[in-house]
Amino acid sequence: MIRLVAFLFMLLPSLALAQEKLVLGLSQDEVSITATFTGSELLIFGAISRETPPPQNSDLGVIIAVAGPNVPVTIRRKERVAGIWVNTESANIDIAPSFYAVATSGPLSEVLRPLEDLHHAITWDRVVRSAGQDAFSTTEFSEAFARIKESSDLFQMLEGAVALEDDTLFHTAITLPSNLTEGPYRTRIFLTRGGQVIDTLDTNIPVFKVGMERWLYNLSREQSALYGLLALLIAIIAGWTASAAFNAMRR
Amino acid sequence: MQIYLPIAEISVNIYLLLGIGGLVGVLSGMFGVGGGFLITPLLFFVGIPPAVAVATSANQIVASSVSALMAHIKRKGVDWWMGTVLLIGGLIGSAIGVQVFNLLKELGQVDLLVNLCYVVFLGVVGGLMMVESLRALRRSKNAQPAKRKRHNWVHNLPFKVKFRVSGLYISVIPPLLVGMSVGVLAAIMGVGGGFIMVPAMIYVLGMPTKVVIGTSLFQIIFVAAFTTMMHAITNQTVDIVLALLLLIGGVIGAQFGTRIGMKLKAEQLRILLAGLVLLVCLKLAFDLLIEPSELFSIGDAL
Repeated sequence: MIRLVAFLFMLLPSLALAQEKLVLGLSQDEVSITATFTGSELLIFGAISRETPPPQNSDLGVIIAVAGPNVPVTIRRKERVAGIWVNTESANIDIAPSFYAVATSGPLSEVLRPLEDLHHAITWDRVVRSAGQDAFSTTEFSEAFARIKESSDLFQMLEGAVALEDDTLFHTAITLPSNLTEGPYRTRIFLTRGGQVIDTLDTNIPVFKVGMERWLYNLSREQSALYGLLALLIAIIAGWTASAAFNAMRR
Repeated sequence: MQIYLPIAEISVNIYLLLGIGGLVGVLSGMFGVGGGFLITPLLFFVGIPPAVAVATSANQIVASSVSALMAHIKRKGVDWWMGTVLLIGGLIGSAIGVQVFNLLKELGQVDLLVNLCYVVFLGVVGGLMMVESLRALRRSKNAQPAKRKRHNWVHNLPFKVKFRVSGLYISVIPPLLVGMSVGVLAAIMGVGGGFIMVPAMIYVLGMPTKVVIGTSLFQIIFVAAFTTMMHAITNQTVDIVLALLLLIGGVIGAQFGTRIGMKLKAEQLRILLAGLVLLVCLKLAFDLLIEPSELFSIGDAL
């Protein structure tokens, strides 16, 4: 209820300032994973359209957030027990995006007010959440989650990575690493003035395997036994062929 | 050159995978071990998810073991009867082992128990082999003929059977028990179990080293094939593309390994294997004792 009221309050100023609108372009509207996939660069660009001259009193900002499919995880912490390092405590993180990147046109503190961040859930610490009882005791665990994700480029905070020209054109490039989870990548673009969100755009970029990769993946899920036999058959043939080839070579 | 693995969902360098496969193949041919205890940690290191690494290495072990077995068959280094008896024990054991594994999973801490299992068994097996082979090597230098046939409790049990290739006349109970206990451990630790099987055949059953390797390979093929099917059906974590790259390296490596193994003395072979087993054991023990740089780890949701 509180959220809803807060949301309505938030709508008021954004309606008042709605004369500035976002127009979006994408370098690709899907990402296909092939056998030679080594990651991809996503180019996001757009313009700000106006019906009236821009206000002079506050600074314009653009924030782009790309989120991969949600994959709930369990985070475990190691502790020393009787001399050896053992997993002791654990916490579930229910809203855990497999990929999360935020790019801004300037320092985050200048382009986004903390309250607006809270309402729109833009930075990762507003996104990553645990449900249920341990919701308040898992900060340390969600921080660890983000730290591990960051070290493999699956979480990215790119302050100042959005180029904003003449307060009308913007563009940025977000690098997707190779270890992507398949699914829709929700891309949100926020236009802010003085840290206040005045317009948002929301779109999905599907990421999926194609060709051989797709076929093998589906076979392993739908015809597991057949897939297992195929794996064994390949193994036996390869082993036998190598042996025969070596014997032939020795003669 | 990078390739994207469909099940592991990660892109890895092709030559790196071929190299890992080749290295493990050489060891497989030399010592008659499947190499599971070595390939799985190597795959973790490359960044393959643990579940995929365990399942796929089982598949790769089938290939390298078939390749190595062919070479041993040519040299009549396989005791089919002994292999069959061990295999029957092994399949019973691995069925029990899967149950034990699921029980441990429910209790949590399965990772720790698997690691402790590795450290204890690798340590004991490697240590015993090292001591025994060093002693044997010293004996052979003093030019005293080593006694091959030792009589212990193993030779006083009923249901005696002649194992011609091994030159043994013993009860079927000890091989069945050896096969079973290796099967249990193999299922828990996710390996073929060759590194336990080989020493057990030499020291408990008293089989000659040259026959031990081929017979162990024969048994490993079936246990690893069984494990591959179990993983493919229940967890869907076997990555065919990853397996293919590993086994191309592996089958070639196994052929070289077998030839190297034939040139070395039995005692030297045993010392090398013992050294390798102890090295892996030390590495695993080290990981358990030293404070990890990242105390937290991400796992699948419970």
